[in-house]
Amino acid sequence: MTGDPVAGASVVRLVGLEKRFDLPNGETMTAVSGIDLELQRGEFVSLIGPSGCGKSTLLRLIGDLTQPSAGSVTVNGKPAQQARIDRDYGMVFQAPVLFDWRTVEENVRLPLELTTYERGARDARVREMLELVELTDFARHHPYQLSGGMQQRVAIARALSFSPSILLMDEPFGALDEMTRERMNSEVLRIWEQTGITVVFVTHSIPEAVFLSSRVVVMSARPGRITQVVEVDLPRPRGVETRESRRYFEKVTEVREALRGGEGHRDEAIPSLERAEAEGLIG
Amino acid sequence: MQRSPEAAAPARRSRLGRAGVYLLFLVGLFVLWEGLKFVGGDPWRYFGIVWHPPLKITTVNDQSLPHVWDIVGAMAGPYRRSADQSMFVYLAFKALYTWREAAVGFVLGGLLGVSLAAAFVHSQLLERAFVPYVVASQTIPIVALAPMIVFFFGSNVMSVVIIATYLTFFPVTIAMIRGLRAPDPRALELMRSYAATRRTILWKLRLPASLPYLFTALKITATASIVGAIIGEGPGGIGDGLGWSIINFNQQYVTSPAKLWCAIFVAALLGIAFYALVRVVELRVLRGRPEATAG
Repeated sequence: MTGDPVAGASVVRLVGLEKRFDLPNGETMTAVSGIDLELQRGEFVSLIGPSGCGKSTLLRLIGDLTQPSAGSVTVNGKPAQQARIDRDYGMVFQAPVLFDWRTVEENVRLPLELTTYERGARDARVREMLELVELTDFARHHPYQLSGGMQQRVAIARALSFSPSILLMDEPFGALDEMTRERMNSEVLRIWEQTGITVVFVTHSIPEAVFLSSRVVVMSARPGRITQVVEVDLPRPRGVETRESRRYFEKVTEVREALRGGEGHRDEAIPSLERAEAEGLIG
Repeated sequence: MQRSPEAAAPARRSRLGRAGVYLLFLVGLFVLWEGLKFVGGDPWRYFGIVWHPPLKITTVNDQSLPHVWDIVGAMAGPYRRSADQSMFVYLAFKALYTWREAAVGFVLGGLLGVSLAAAFVHSQLLERAFVPYVVASQTIPIVALAPMIVFFFGSNVMSVVIIATYLTFFPVTIAMIRGLRAPDPRALELMRSYAATRRTILWKLRLPASLPYLFTALKITATASIVGAIIGEGPGGIGDGLGWSIINFNQQYVTSPAKLWCAIFVAALLGIAFYALVRVVELRVLRGRPEATAG
């Protein structure tokens, strides 16, 4: 499985999507507006943009954790709510959000206990998931005994355990150090290639978005809009050599230019740290 | 990670150290107690020698504060003239009876508290309507309420259990309103993404997350339920428990003050034992959680 888009199999379709929030002072804040986007089966799509551009709101709209003010979200041909009830979504947040009274394997088993997943098959499935994220030796450990990166791998195993068709990841590696983050990126790509799942990935890191994605959706702030969609046609499987290639650098630059354009040429809106990071990688 | 053998040694040493501190405290208390009597109590007459303390402090004379060894002697002696049973065994049975009343009230109060909190957490309307009454109920002094409860439910064990329940449910309700709301909002979103029902969320997330709060409340109510049972036994007319012994020995205080002290010490021991029992269960239930080792 290459994981790259297969034509004609739409998983997520967003049409004229808008989300407004009523603020306590009586004003209305438009978080996202005029969003039209279609995701194909097996795609890895990143949402990137400055803080407050509504990328997390967009992810939550797809996952039916919040409802749109206008427009529609169709997932696997159903309204988002039905997709949630059908357990089409796996969620991974910035924090692992593990239940600290459960061991690693019990955390991974949690969604299986809530679904009609066959009782006898649960243990085998948990083992399979722990093998996937390479945490078999830590099955009986409690979350606090693991490092941040390991905890996030447990969260990924938990999100995939009940075989959802879409994995929604909200800045999952934002709290990790750079080394761990790069390792987790490779890990997530491996898992994605093994499972063929569709991934929507929110990030504010340009290198991360380019390295992982088949498409990078660039957003601007206030109101959050899609300003550009960058196709990332870097060869797969991607690895260390990808990060050092010229094509990669060009894509990073393209996304950065798109971000700058979306911000109305306000240079400071681009996180300078990430720029230095991206430039440092090539230099 | 598993605790390594090297780490186990300091843990054992610290436990030994803790036992040493307890012992030191007991010795200090003893020295203070008898020291005060030595400087301000009644004359000491032992082995034909008489010691007249230089000061006269009425609160430490033999009537108010008997010698520790007199209390220990009373514990070992018969609980009344020509009885076979020693005072300690006698009081131990009374304490067991009181504990049974308290434990039933403790369990009922705990269940009531958890149920009320669960209802309040799921319905703002119920919370706004009833929490003021729950709070108001606790402003009525138990000594005023106990006779009323006995009047309503009769002079029987049931009344005592209700009083113990009454003292138990409040801390549990308040702690559990907080505890059931303790989960991370993202954990609730996670459950929502699994399309979990409110009942599932209660059982799989809210209740487990609230357990540290529950045990904090239960440690308070373990002792409160015993106080409730002891107080309730008076108006409730229960003669088999510690409450009755305390009333009885209170009446005999002028002739034998050590007996009341015996009853007080056994009541205190009962409270400590019940508290320790809850603590042991807590350590067992919260095993594996980072905050479990905090007292």
